[in-house]
Amino acid sequence: MAKLPKPEELSKIDLTPPKTDWMDTPVVFKEGMFCHGSKPKSLEIVDFPNPREWRPADADWKLPENWKEILLEGIADRLKKYRSFRLFMDICVRCGACADKCHFFIGTGDPKNMPVLRAELIRSVYRKEFTTAGRIFGKMAGARELTVDVLKEWWYYFYQCTECRRCSVFCPYGIDQAEITMIGRELLNLLGLNIEWIAGPVSNCYMKGNHLGLEPHTIIGNLEYMLDDIETVTGKRIKPTFNRKGAEILFVTPSGDLFADPGTYTAMGYLMLFEELGLDYTWSTYASEGGNFGFFTSNEMAKRLNSKIYAEAKRLGVKWILGGECGHMWRVLSQYMDTWNGPADFLEVPKSPITGTVFENAKSMKMVHVAEFTADLIKNNKLKLDPKRNDHLKVTWHDSCNVARGMGMLEEPRYVLKNVVNNFYEMPEDTIREKTFCCGSGTGLNASEDMDLRMKGGYPRANAVKFVAEHHGVNMLANVCAIDRATLKALMEYWVPSVGVCGLHELVANAMIMTGEKERTTDLRGEPLPSVQAKEEKA
Amino acid sequence: MKALVSLIAVLLLALIAYAGASVPGMRLLFGVVIPYAAFIIFVVGMVVRILKWASSPVPFRIPTTTGQQKSLPWIKHSIIESPSNGLGVIARMALEVLFFRSLFRNLKTQVGDGKQVTYGEAKWLWAAGLAFHWSFLFILVRHMRFFIEQVPAAIIMIEGLDSFLQIGAPLFYMTDAVILASVTYLFIRRIGIPQVKYISLIADYFPLFLILGIAVSGVWMRYFTKTDIVSVKILAMGLISFNPSVPETIGVMFFVHLFLLSVLFVYFPLSKLVHMAGVFMSPTRNLANNSRMKRHVNPWNYPVHVHTYEQYENDFREKMKGAGLPVEKE
Amino acid sequence: MGLKEHLQENRSAIVNQWFETVVGTYQEETRGPLRRQNAPFTNPVGFNTLQGLEGLFEGLLKGMLPSDTSRFLDGIVRIRAVQDFPPSEALQFILQLKTVVRSKLGETAQEPAMAGELVSFESSIDDLALFAFDLYMQCRETIYDIKAKEARSMTFRLLQKAQLITENQE
Repeated sequence: MAKLPKPEELSKIDLTPPKTDWMDTPVVFKEGMFCHGSKPKSLEIVDFPNPREWRPADADWKLPENWKEILLEGIADRLKKYRSFRLFMDICVRCGACADKCHFFIGTGDPKNMPVLRAELIRSVYRKEFTTAGRIFGKMAGARELTVDVLKEWWYYFYQCTECRRCSVFCPYGIDQAEITMIGRELLNLLGLNIEWIAGPVSNCYMKGNHLGLEPHTIIGNLEYMLDDIETVTGKRIKPTFNRKGAEILFVTPSGDLFADPGTYTAMGYLMLFEELGLDYTWSTYASEGGNFGFFTSNEMAKRLNSKIYAEAKRLGVKWILGGECGHMWRVLSQYMDTWNGPADFLEVPKSPITGTVFENAKSMKMVHVAEFTADLIKNNKLKLDPKRNDHLKVTWHDSCNVARGMGMLEEPRYVLKNVVNNFYEMPEDTIREKTFCCGSGTGLNASEDMDLRMKGGYPRANAVKFVAEHHGVNMLANVCAIDRATLKALMEYWVPSVGVCGLHELVANAMIMTGEKERTTDLRGEPLPSVQAKEEKA
Repeated sequence: MKALVSLIAVLLLALIAYAGASVPGMRLLFGVVIPYAAFIIFVVGMVVRILKWASSPVPFRIPTTTGQQKSLPWIKHSIIESPSNGLGVIARMALEVLFFRSLFRNLKTQVGDGKQVTYGEAKWLWAAGLAFHWSFLFILVRHMRFFIEQVPAAIIMIEGLDSFLQIGAPLFYMTDAVILASVTYLFIRRIGIPQVKYISLIADYFPLFLILGIAVSGVWMRYFTKTDIVSVKILAMGLISFNPSVPETIGVMFFVHLFLLSVLFVYFPLSKLVHMAGVFMSPTRNLANNSRMKRHVNPWNYPVHVHTYEQYENDFREKMKGAGLPVEKE
Repeated sequence: MGLKEHLQENRSAIVNQWFETVVGTYQEETRGPLRRQNAPFTNPVGFNTLQGLEGLFEGLLKGMLPSDTSRFLDGIVRIRAVQDFPPSEALQFILQLKTVVRSKLGETAQEPAMAGELVSFESSIDDLALFAFDLYMQCRETIYDIKAKEARSMTFRLLQKAQLITENQE
């Protein structure tokens, strides 16, 4: 009998990567893992440096001659400006507690996606150029030279971080990779190294007031379509106002909800709620963006875009501002807006005209989250709700990263949700509230060309959704974030196709009984209501 | 490899002290000059480091919120995890510094419907980290007896606590065992867990070996060679009263102990060990989540180019009028 | 003792070694976290891989059709289809079960009675591999489909606005 080969000889493919130190492992750009480079026009509009045609996969990035000098000066400048940056460069002990907390590390298995290593990418250069030990001992002290390869590594990995802050929750020193990524991206922007999916919306927002570049008449046109749909469902014609001086409240929401499903249903929800309350409010076409892709670019750009909100509130003479459902928008509003563009002393402390509740928690920045606003309405019995209309839904709640870890709004939306749906199931504890997993597509990574990255990064979130879908029959993933609404839809389609995605106020509007409405037979999506379905089945 | 380099470095340092202190004329150098210099470098280095951090402002209020914000009065606010005032911040920092609250978060993980398990390594990292830092503090406090003529009751109490097992002569201190065990564990996990090994630098191994060296030499003197404590106290009291003398009766091992400690003091402000002070300044932990109630001021806030409403209206006036929108200028 | 009994007896050892071969396709630094047990939500890749392999092995032992165990296969293939593996490497793990089984059987694999059974067992592994290719392709197609849909939904309202799309009149 012929001698059989030993089993381990049968498979010759060795999948173990060659063992090199991470510093000596150059970055490989993998298709589906990065976004297109910024277009020159997008940078020119906002006066950003080095506008040119370039492609991230190309060897030549057409950097300015003195790129290194620019970058090192940029680092020095930011070390002086941000205690967070200087401190986070110095105090990490590399304990590894953050390593497996990152959704990108969990999904990709790429060790450079461990938050600690992502930070080391920049720390290694910091040590080389800004510390005595690094200058003297070089690589022995964990220092390395800034080269084009290092720069590319930064770009690749700082655009594989969604600034979700999950790592920061577990760090014994509170080191926040979001902060490091933000500064990393700011540095890259000094060389014109943005992605178009961010740079485009930024220039749109700067010129036209919103990321999508909707011009004033288009915004109104888009809303008209929603008003038609609302009329079909409720029999009521709503007439919202735009740029109206003297309104009590200015309403600002992410423009994504004016544009694509399922965000549009949330926007319809706002329209219906405010109509029912008889709220004296106005939309603005100039400040028609709640979100802020400038925040994913640089501190200065974020401030430039954000300035429109207070400016418009002042011009229109409103008393306070109400903000729609969004994630990063609310981190920017709660932790930055008042500092950048305040004090908003021309506004009054927000007070609900319906309940009389004064929002003391927003008494300086003067802006209230619509979930806080609605929770207060429900608590004071100001809405007639029929949660049975949502009985065809089994809902779970996705805490959006920025709202959870950059604001602390956890209970308000849950309170609203529990009052408008009968079937609500929490996902496992490790994956909600302050430990929530990111959708994997935040910070402007919600393009299409990086779909593989998005699916990997969103996997831990999807996995938890799948669990409640299998155990409780959950079929709807609700949230308060426009990026979530756009991207979780894709995520669910791949991982848990039986689950849909919706905003909180879509559910509110479905459950809310409006004065003088006709008997509703469908929800906002045009799907028959459970009661109607039951009747049809009987007949 | 990196671990080996660090180990060799520490052994070399120990050897230098051993050889050096054996030469009679060098005892003054190792017993007085180097400790003084190291102490000065430590103090100056730490002050410089802290001033450097402090010189960079905190432009934005960026606490990582790990609990419910203070909002509507009927919603239960998480006072410690999302503090709305200084008191809450103090509580949050105290939990962080004294009990490593954030590291503790790693411990539990969920298996299925509400079932929890404690997950192995994270538990040990937390426990070893806590054991190491606390025993280090205890040992440091115990050593204060060498610098104070009349040993205060507090120190005697701590010694009593530490040796309550009443084993051996001299009495066995538990913290000696705890620090050796915890440092050893912290080293083993660094080389044993691939992803931790991958991120580890020489700067991570070196201080572990250095501290291990200090602990081992200390234990050696106390339990084995039985160094003459009285003369050590004479040296210590001399140092602190700026009237140093090096008694002939002090064994060589003591100088190894003292020299490695001096190296630690010098190394401290130049390395990641500054986390000791840094943790108190971390803006994601030491700020109240109250930026909506109280305006946080950025000292370098500067005016920026914006696209004003006027410019916007100029761009779109006709379209706005066409859509029935009010305009400022006809 | 027949092959199936043999495999049944060594079941956990085989599945564990099979799991190790899958874990081995990831970088060394990633393997530790992947091996972490009892963490279905914080280690979804490792958890679902192990669960999947257990299910698949069980199915093979019971002679189930690949379509009956597709739930388990899906749990593994869906994640590997978006990770950085070329298709061959993404699916190689299925065929590697043969290696694992033979190494566990050792000399017994060469006994004539066993050899026949083994050939049929291995051909059911091949069937599973072929089925996995279908699944893998479905996953990739879903990705392209999602990309296309995103592009469409972004332009839909605009087209509607420009009256390039109108609803059919009843």
